[in-house]
Amino acid sequence: MGAYVVRRLATLPLLLLGISAVSFALLSVAPGDPAEIVLHQRNPGQMPSPAAVTAMRAELGLDAPLPAQYVRWMSRALAGDMGRSYVTEQPVAAQLARRTVPTVVLTAAALGLALLLAVPMGILSARRRGGAGDALVRLAALVGSAAPSYALAFGLIILFAVKLSWLPAVGYGSAAQMVLPAIALSLAPMAQLTRLIRASVLDVLGQDYIRTARAKGLSEQMVVMKHALRNALLPAIGATGVILAHLLGGAVIIETIFTWPGLGQLIVGAALTRDYPVVQGFVTYLAVIVLLANLATDIALRVADPRLRYERVGV
Amino acid sequence: MTMTAERIGVRLPRRPAIAEPRRRGRWHALLREPGTALGLILVASLLLAGLVAPWSPLADPTEINLPDRLLSPSPEHLLGTDHLGRDTFSRLVHGARATLLAAAATLVLSMTIAVTVGLLSGYYGGWPDTALMWVVDLLLAFPSLILALAVAGALGPGLLNVLLAVGAVWWVGHARIIRGITLGEREMAYVTAARASGASDRRIILRHIAPNILGPIVVLASLDIGWIILGIAGLSFLGLGAQPPTPEWGAMLSDARPHLQTAPHLILLPGAAIFVAVLGFNLLGDGLRDLLDPRIRRLAR
Repeated sequence: MGAYVVRRLATLPLLLLGISAVSFALLSVAPGDPAEIVLHQRNPGQMPSPAAVTAMRAELGLDAPLPAQYVRWMSRALAGDMGRSYVTEQPVAAQLARRTVPTVVLTAAALGLALLLAVPMGILSARRRGGAGDALVRLAALVGSAAPSYALAFGLIILFAVKLSWLPAVGYGSAAQMVLPAIALSLAPMAQLTRLIRASVLDVLGQDYIRTARAKGLSEQMVVMKHALRNALLPAIGATGVILAHLLGGAVIIETIFTWPGLGQLIVGAALTRDYPVVQGFVTYLAVIVLLANLATDIALRVADPRLRYERVGV
Repeated sequence: MTMTAERIGVRLPRRPAIAEPRRRGRWHALLREPGTALGLILVASLLLAGLVAPWSPLADPTEINLPDRLLSPSPEHLLGTDHLGRDTFSRLVHGARATLLAAAATLVLSMTIAVTVGLLSGYYGGWPDTALMWVVDLLLAFPSLILALAVAGALGPGLLNVLLAVGAVWWVGHARIIRGITLGEREMAYVTAARASGASDRRIILRHIAPNILGPIVVLASLDIGWIILGIAGLSFLGLGAQPPTPEWGAMLSDARPHLQTAPHLILLPGAAIFVAVLGFNLLGDGLRDLLDPRIRRLAR
């Protein structure tokens, strides 16, 4: 176990280096001269003079060769300095930090909501396979995975904010303002988790040890809750990283619609204005989070499931 | 990193489908499933709408007619008009064309990369395999929609740039899956036989392995279109994709936003169109998976 953790941790620096290289490459191959973009942002509508562009290129360090630019960007990033926004001239790291809390709050609420419904629905569906309840749950999962979250978000706004006036449509700060975005964001992961849990409960219920549990006369309640569920939830834990990536991707659109002041709103604005340092910093930041989440998940799975410790699992 | 297959809900075929004697019977079975039949009908209608749109007698989807703005549905404008007086029904139908073309191009791009990387990696093994899979694992750490957003932002707005962006990030998970399948195929007797008869690596890959892994590739692709449509429409909604006046569903949603209170149907209609398209492709994909993967088919009974 200890050796496994050490082995995984040892690969981290290399992966982080790779992530930073991908983020850096992403925007250094982008068309257009960042110096011109910055000058455009600061003086809209004016054609920047060649002298101003040259000066700006020097100021941004763009006159250095690419490898040198990367090394400088990298060493600053390691010290927590992700550069400054072209548009607002604010430090990127501070912006990312400020925007993290709203996004964490929203995605946590959505994930909680998704689990709250997906776990019982998945179990019910598997236990009553082929029945009416199963059909209903499968239909819900089908609809949930096909519905675009952005259209659902507008549907919710139209129904609950415009027609019924029960809840505020947009904004951030109160619990009531969180209800609609959390629901809109939870739908896709809910559908995904429901399918996953249904499949894994079905899988577990077909195992020999479940037959043994039934044969020794345990109630069905006991068999499912005590014997099947713990094993059936393992794949759901294993999917944490994937679900997280999904939630963060969905949050980009949902935050924009509900004017939620999180990371998603920041990246959309930055992508639209070609604010490269913000995009670069954000992509790196998220990749590191997902990487660490995957690592934590894999370690947690090994703790939860002793069988894995005897298998050789590739890193 | 091991959850690639789950990302798209794919149950991978252990054994690819090799021609069975009762093929006709199996295709009939596909249509007997009500869900799959519905999916086929939805997809066929969309394809038809997308194909005939430019030659249909519908109103010009880009013709601005300000006096007729935000009209309610009438015999002349079946679903009313938008904020610039353009016919909503016509824009929806033409939107099917834009969406399907963009999704198809994205799929071809991402599948080409995925199949190339997967086949080479799985067949040759060794250090190229290690290097390629290291890159794949690395890219898997980036949430795909966000990476696509960053790439699209870097390239600048436009539908072509969005499909390049989505295609460039979408192949990653599939490459890993196809590598896994290839790895299994490489050990099969038919590959040994081909090698013994003197076939080159190139010939073995293209003429022997590729046709045999076509089943799983089709399943992956068909389950993927829905996600791709959602992604492209989402990026268009954010303003990175189709630019005005192109009729595209995501862009229509974002156009209709300021009129949320007065004309909610302008938002709900393109939303419903995206939903129906994704649902159709997902249903069809599920049906194809069941058909091409006997193991799953048995489980479902």
